[in-house]
Amino acid sequence: MSEVAEKVKAPAEPLFSKKNRKLVTDPLSDNNPITIQVLGICSALAITVQVEQAVVMSAAVFFVLALGNVVISMLRNLIPGRIRIIVQLVVVASLVIMVNQVLMAYLPDVSAKLSVFVGLIITNCIIMGRFEAFAMGNKPWPSFMDAVGNASGYAIILIMVAVVRELLGSGSFFGIPILGSPIPVEGYPNGTGLFDMGYMNNNLMVLPPMALIVVGIIIWIQRSRNKNLIESH
Amino acid sequence: MQETLSIFVKGIFSENMIFAYFLGMCSYLAVSKTVKTAVGLGAAVIFVLGITIPINYLLENYVLKEGALAWLNPEYGVGGSSTINLSFLSFIMFIAVIASIVQLVEMLVEKFAPSLYGALGIFLPLIAVNCAILGGALFMQDRQYTSVGDATAFGIGSGIGWFLAIVAIAAIREKIKYSHVPAPLRGLGITFIITGLMGMAFMSFMGIEY
Repeated sequence: MSEVAEKVKAPAEPLFSKKNRKLVTDPLSDNNPITIQVLGICSALAITVQVEQAVVMSAAVFFVLALGNVVISMLRNLIPGRIRIIVQLVVVASLVIMVNQVLMAYLPDVSAKLSVFVGLIITNCIIMGRFEAFAMGNKPWPSFMDAVGNASGYAIILIMVAVVRELLGSGSFFGIPILGSPIPVEGYPNGTGLFDMGYMNNNLMVLPPMALIVVGIIIWIQRSRNKNLIESH
Repeated sequence: MQETLSIFVKGIFSENMIFAYFLGMCSYLAVSKTVKTAVGLGAAVIFVLGITIPINYLLENYVLKEGALAWLNPEYGVGGSSTINLSFLSFIMFIAVIASIVQLVEMLVEKFAPSLYGALGIFLPLIAVNCAILGGALFMQDRQYTSVGDATAFGIGSGIGWFLAIVAIAAIREKIKYSHVPAPLRGLGITFIITGLMGMAFMSFMGIEY
């Protein structure tokens, strides 16, 4: 039996063949999960006030998506079609519980700031969307590459939005005040750095609606550079 | 009673699921092309939130929370000799409850309202993975409401808030088809920006004292 199976087996594809590399590079821009596939918006917008939160969130999504895609891809022939959503939810939920326990133990501050949004990775559409669209029909290794690509595409947008919002909203990057500090010190009644010259933080950037507008502008820039992505309505 | 009412009104306006927390954005963007389907999905979300939040509340307070199993044996309670804390299981329990309720709603809609079922099509199963539903359960856990009544008020209130948001954006998108939007902004881009502006408008409700 095993001899027969070996004979029909197709020649092994190299691990980093052109097709596999395309799986990683495509979601970075032309098929980006957030701006093109419209997946995973909820968390992308809510946790982009600071870069640190965005980085931790991206890492968590990367872990869950990569492991989940591989697990679902290995189970794909065993899952009955009718209950596949529930099976997928159980796999994601167990992975997210692991991430949440690790965050609570080692990064309690960030975990408190992310609050419910770690749990919401379970219903992050990127995860379920990639399971349905890719992992259910492909082998583990391409599924892993697909997960790497999509998680990175998600991370790029998340970090871009967070950099804009943190820089303009709080004048800092990764918690380091690079534009000076608005708190007055001796000799500088208006604060230090740019604030001494009359600069002020744009508090609107910290509020939720600006996340939507920043993502809208990113979409605008991306689509005006690549005309193929323009929608009819 | 007054507090319950304030939780209800807050859920609709100042703590609106879409405009303040961006929960359920995926289906909000995908199903808001026409008002008719938006109304159907919005009603389904109100219904599912109104049922799952109280069920998850009971689950949280009588099974999962630290010492919640005290009704079985006082030793399991807080301060007992063998305190049980199952809160690490909450994600998986909440999502299981939500998935089964959604399956039930899908079966009921298919039986009693076939036209609605046809209109919503594949979107009903998607409610199970709608962030607004799980987000509601997690907020309920986070905010520690004091009674089932408060939790239900929160569930129905935030459902109505979600309904308002999706119906409003669907109506705007129906009109926007006839206006000259810059080509790269068409579709997704302009929807994001309009949602942002609506969010700013909804923020004015935050000033109201409840």
